[in-house]
Amino acid sequence: MTRRGLLLRRLRLAFGGGPALVSLVILTLVLLMAVFAPLLATADPTAIAPADRLSGLTIEHPLGTDAYGRDVYSRVLHGARVSLLVGAGAALVSVAVGLVIGVFAGYFRALDSVIMRTMDGIMAIPSILLAIALISLTGASLLTVLVAITIPEIPRVVRLVRSVILNVRSEAYVEAAITLGSPVRRILLRHMVPNTVAPLIVQGTFVFASAILTEATLSFLGAGLPTEIPSWGNIMSEGRSYFQLFPGLVLWPGLALALTLLSVNVLGDVLRDTLDPKMEKRT
Amino acid sequence: MLPYVLKRVLSAVPVMIIVAVVIFALLRLTPGDPAAILAGNDATGEQLAQIRESLGLDEPILVQLATWCKNIISGDLGVSLLSGVPVTKMIADRVGPTLALAVGTISVTILVAIPMGIVAAGRLGGYLDRIVMALSVLGFSVPIFVTGYVLIYFFSLKLGWLPVQGYRPPSEGLFPFLQRLVLPVLALSGVYIALVARITRSSIIEVLGEDYIRTARAKGATGRRILLRHALRNAAVPIVTIIGIGIASLITGVVVTESVFNLPGLGRLVVEAVLARDYPVIQGLILLFSFTYILINLVVDILYTVFDPRIRY
Repeated sequence: MTRRGLLLRRLRLAFGGGPALVSLVILTLVLLMAVFAPLLATADPTAIAPADRLSGLTIEHPLGTDAYGRDVYSRVLHGARVSLLVGAGAALVSVAVGLVIGVFAGYFRALDSVIMRTMDGIMAIPSILLAIALISLTGASLLTVLVAITIPEIPRVVRLVRSVILNVRSEAYVEAAITLGSPVRRILLRHMVPNTVAPLIVQGTFVFASAILTEATLSFLGAGLPTEIPSWGNIMSEGRSYFQLFPGLVLWPGLALALTLLSVNVLGDVLRDTLDPKMEKRT
Repeated sequence: MLPYVLKRVLSAVPVMIIVAVVIFALLRLTPGDPAAILAGNDATGEQLAQIRESLGLDEPILVQLATWCKNIISGDLGVSLLSGVPVTKMIADRVGPTLALAVGTISVTILVAIPMGIVAAGRLGGYLDRIVMALSVLGFSVPIFVTGYVLIYFFSLKLGWLPVQGYRPPSEGLFPFLQRLVLPVLALSGVYIALVARITRSSIIEVLGEDYIRTARAKGATGRRILLRHALRNAAVPIVTIIGIGIASLITGVVVTESVFNLPGLGRLVVEAVLARDYPVIQGLILLFSFTYILINLVVDILYTVFDPRIRY
């Protein structure tokens, strides 16, 4: 069987049933929620209606309204947009930047120790705290929050890419290419970088989940996205004061967040086992 | 033993220096005038001058770096921009709840996660194993603040068994202290238990494939004896490692948990400092947390030699 045929078969096996399929369905629903949020929403997620505040469950507001009278159902729908956007943005940027830095560290030995020690240093700072520091310096906007979430993710990608490059470096075909005098650019792009694709897809999935979690955590703490953006973290943060009377203000966005993260993590596990059975289990 | 310990201690020093430099660089590399960033938009010239004065921002950058490193070594983390109280004193005042939370969480984790991992590995592929694995994915994925509120919802609001939020120091009685610590510890343990149970399971599975396990089996050792005496002991190194590495997520978790349950610890202090834009406090706490992480992992590395005397570098 060809390599591609084998991969397809493994993917089909993995998604044949059980948790992976359920996760895929949930994630598709969240994606649809995000894409069609303006159509599915019953109200403007940011429209303030003081007369309707904390309405509880009504026909007009299926999940009630928050302290400003905004429709919680519509806000949770729009929250899917923010989360997926932040997750995808952070995953793409950290993979791209990490790939470049990792290739440099792995291939040009002179740079290796400087780069890797810096990465060790960044990794020793808990990621939420690093993000908090960056945001408190730059002020909170979608862009700065995205940057602050992405930076702590980069070292993990760099480590991964570097280890792949170091492994591949001693392969016969790379040694042959070097001996034949192929230009460095060609060796890197043609012989080395393609090897990083499979692990990077898996790592990208985990960065995606981790970025969504970090954004929600930061926003929940009040140190994340500006409060006018309806992200799940922000909705929960604003609902906290009313939790004892209206637990739904916190629990609904929390449920959406938890289900999304759960699905992405399950899919990440499945992808890892499928694309790269040799790769070490995530710890 | 001693040369190894010494070597390991020395290797932690450069990482700590890099952390100190990264934290130092954050403020200075952010585009714009650092004093203006710290003071906010509507600061007067006098306030700016005051901030520059107190942080030494007028000095050349290398002099600032030298001062920063010298101060860290002498245990001086600067003073709060808001209250003028030394950051170290603020930390000392608030460390109690955080320690209680962290110690409680690590104990619960070790008591729950390691048996879970052992049981799962012993019944590989069976129902118990699947349940443990499912719980561990769940523990990874559900954010602490969601778990926390779900716990409050059921145990405090619906059942009324436990207080909703707050903290009492142990000096005001052990029962109220523990009563308010139960839910935060449970919420925070989730992630950690998931992590440790998973590693326990996979490292025991790995050890079970070794020759000496087969030998033990051939000698007629019982399944339980093999799991506990032979497998667990040899699986200890990765388990201890992950407990150390997990400290990073524990620290993040502490910040969130203290916010959810209104515990007046260091995590709340970080959030309060962020909301008040009190940068010296933020900076000091990040340094403290990062150094704690590095030092705990140093201890973990040294513990290896106790668990596995074969390890020598």
